[in-house]
Amino acid sequence: MHAPDGFLNVGTAVATGALSLGLLGMAARQAGDELADKQIPLAGLSAAFIFAGQMVNFPVAAGTSGHLLGGALAAVLLGPRLGALVVAIVVFVQALVFADGGLTALGYNTLNMAIVPAFGGYACYTFFRRFLPANRSGVVGATGLAAMLSVVLSAVAFSLQWLFGATAPVAFDDVFGAMVGVHLLIGIGEGVISALVVSAVLAARPDLVFGARDLPKADLVGEARVPARVFVAGALVASLLVATVVAQFASGDPDGLETVAEEQGFAESGRDHALDSSIFADYATQGVDNEALSLAIAGVGGTLLTLVVGFGVFRAVGSTSGRRLT
Amino acid sequence: MGAGHTHDLHVPGDSIVHRTAPEAKLVAAFVFVLAVAVTPRREVWAFAGYAVLAVVWVVASGIGPRRTITRLAVILPFITFAFFLPFIGGGDTTDVAGFELSTEGLWGTWNVLTKAVLGATTSIVLASTTPVPEIVRGLERLRMPRLVTGIISFMFRYLGVITAELGRMRTAMIARGHDPRWLWQAKPIASSAGAMFVRSYERGERVHAAMLARGFRGTMPTFDDRRAEPTDWLRAALIPALAVSLALGGLLT
Amino acid sequence: MTDILEVSGLSFAYPNGHAVLDDLDLRLASGERVALLGPNGAGKTTLALHLNGIHRADAGSIRVAGIELDDDTLTEIRRRVGMVFQDADDQLFMPTVAEDVGFGPANLGLSGAERDARVAEALSMVGAEGFGPRSPHHLSGGEKRRIALATVLAMRPDLVVMDEPTSGLDPAGRRELSDLLAGLDHAQLLITHDLPFALEVCPRSVIVSQGRVVADGVTAELLADTELLAAHRLELPFGFDPSFLTGRSAA
Ligand SMILES: Nc1ncnc2c1ncn2[C@@H]1O[C@H](COP(=O)(O)OP(=O)(O)O)[C@@H](O)[C@H]1O
Ligand SMILES: [Mg+2]
Repeated sequence: MHAPDGFLNVGTAVATGALSLGLLGMAARQAGDELADKQIPLAGLSAAFIFAGQMVNFPVAAGTSGHLLGGALAAVLLGPRLGALVVAIVVFVQALVFADGGLTALGYNTLNMAIVPAFGGYACYTFFRRFLPANRSGVVGATGLAAMLSVVLSAVAFSLQWLFGATAPVAFDDVFGAMVGVHLLIGIGEGVISALVVSAVLAARPDLVFGARDLPKADLVGEARVPARVFVAGALVASLLVATVVAQFASGDPDGLETVAEEQGFAESGRDHALDSSIFADYATQGVDNEALSLAIAGVGGTLLTLVVGFGVFRAVGSTSGRRLT
Repeated sequence: MGAGHTHDLHVPGDSIVHRTAPEAKLVAAFVFVLAVAVTPRREVWAFAGYAVLAVVWVVASGIGPRRTITRLAVILPFITFAFFLPFIGGGDTTDVAGFELSTEGLWGTWNVLTKAVLGATTSIVLASTTPVPEIVRGLERLRMPRLVTGIISFMFRYLGVITAELGRMRTAMIARGHDPRWLWQAKPIASSAGAMFVRSYERGERVHAAMLARGFRGTMPTFDDRRAEPTDWLRAALIPALAVSLALGGLLT
Repeated sequence: MTDILEVSGLSFAYPNGHAVLDDLDLRLASGERVALLGPNGAGKTTLALHLNGIHRADAGSIRVAGIELDDDTLTEIRRRVGMVFQDADDQLFMPTVAEDVGFGPANLGLSGAERDARVAEALSMVGAEGFGPRSPHHLSGGEKRRIALATVLAMRPDLVVMDEPTSGLDPAGRRELSDLLAGLDHAQLLITHDLPFALEVCPRSVIVSQGRVVADGVTAELLADTELLAAHRLELPFGFDPSFLTGRSAA
């Protein structure tokens, strides 16, 4: 998701830049109050960890590999404020020094890769914690689900920015459907890996996990009972469900968000709906009368298709440039 | 370890670009990329001008075309996306080799492609001619908060230490026959990443102690006595100034 | 002459309740080189971290050059006590050697030519002239250790404390370090379980075990006391000739 220069229009770049700067400034101040003079070395080392963590290849399927994005993981380990700051700095350095993501795209890249996954992911984390047991399994499970959703949230954020800042005539619905679909799959890997990493940290130094600070140490020891295989299966089911919902949403006509954007005069090139000419055109399946049912089938089918295509892409590029797939 | 990121993108040299002060180069890079970004996509002649300027930059910095092109590979995923635009875009169509392609989609591809390549080339020239500590120093001179430059500086100092440790863990796993192929076999790698976090954090605490022991009280001292000379700014301004005139030309027509 | 370091009645427990130092007393005269010996977990590193106020004692006091360590004297004490950490990578955190060596002087308020002079002086004391522009990451273990020493010498300390200075060094690097330390005028407290190294560099040794000083005397005599060593999990290397010790302690 390291978008290059010129991916969204200048207005969006400037607006997201200002928003990111403001939010990070606040995050830095608050994290600074907490860490005092420890902030620079701890944040620096954590940034190095996230950077290195993004370079680690994890197995995905049949020997192909992917890598971590790390926004939600950073938030659970370091807290949303320091987490967002650290990942944002990683994103900034990647653009400046590694040509990975455009300099003028920093506003939306920071928002989508650091701020949204850290704060959004942490919000999901606290939400799931409520329904999960207050112990190590609860922390690990909530991390996995939150990390998965954080990736989807980034995709949603990107789609919304596309709504305002599109540079090509691809409708919001299409971008939204495709982005969310693909990122549901990426999210499964992100969720599993983040959960396992947090589980390993809990085993060694439970006091270092920001998101588990509310729990007494005694509740954090012991094996976390969330087998990875079960998690993958659960996440697949969850993503199929979300896809069904997305399909319903994407078919809404007239599209609520886009109408708002047009009324506000924001939508420039995203205007042409052009649903008919699009390969993701209208999620409804032919020949099924019940509209909701047909949409559901379309959503599930779309997810499976994405799975197959994604798998093919992983196979093709995964081994050489797994790090770049998002 | 993934492809791409190594820690030393800097290509030692003594070119005119290498010798220019980092803050001047940083400003030049940002202005150039900004000029490119605001240029309307249909001003093809302006992009031709930018391309000439970018080539001049690469040649003047002596980093060589092959290295530049190899490093440009980081933008490939997005370029791939851009090539779909003519097929999924709506609106009027143009006939290209028998295909009915969206005209706006084609312009979209052109837009993303040119801007992404020009933007990435700029970063590559910057990073290849400026060692990281110098980039950090340049940012500091441009008044980026010391907190952020401090974090960046620590990040680079320990990135190599951490990746080396991760590499050793990985070697140890492979040496014991670990060859995961599916996501649910990722636990050992994820656990080593978790252990890595603990080690990194603890190192952060020890580094903090080492800083305190030498009188640190919360603000990083600056080691910067040199400032960019007017000649630095003049040298660095040449290419962005031309780019800005191209952009203005493009915006006004 | 007053002692450069006076530690008395020092007790300390980590926040997790682990009591590590227990009523510990230790004195060093100025210019004296003392080895602090003890098994793993004895509390040596913890003691060192007290000497310049990284950890603060639960009970007892620390005086450096007659100045009692408290909130007001913390900065002064940190200048006077130069602490070299066990892992040089923890100590060398700046992008270049020159900036690392200049970090302490900069925190003392020095800048410009004055600071550069300090850096040059410290680098030449450890025989590392010309290392200034290099990146600490790319130095050898022995070089890192010497630069780490330079980072504290640049603050012109009265007392240098080194934690496990020989760990990870090859024999030649160890040799260079012992020559270097023997040539410095500073009082030194060298934490180690490298007994031959202690014998080489330090006329006097102190054995710490379970947070207390259990022996204090001439290094060669302590090392000749096999029962004492065994009681505190200290061992001379295989093949080390004990008669060498008796010769030294008689002299
Ligand atoms: N940060 C810490 N929190 C809790 N216990 C610690 C901490 N650091 C060290 N300890 C414990 O204190 C004891 C003494 O440690 P240390 O001073 O490092 O010993 P030495 O340097 O002599 O090997 C050990 O048992 C160690 O486990
Ligand atoms: Mg120790």
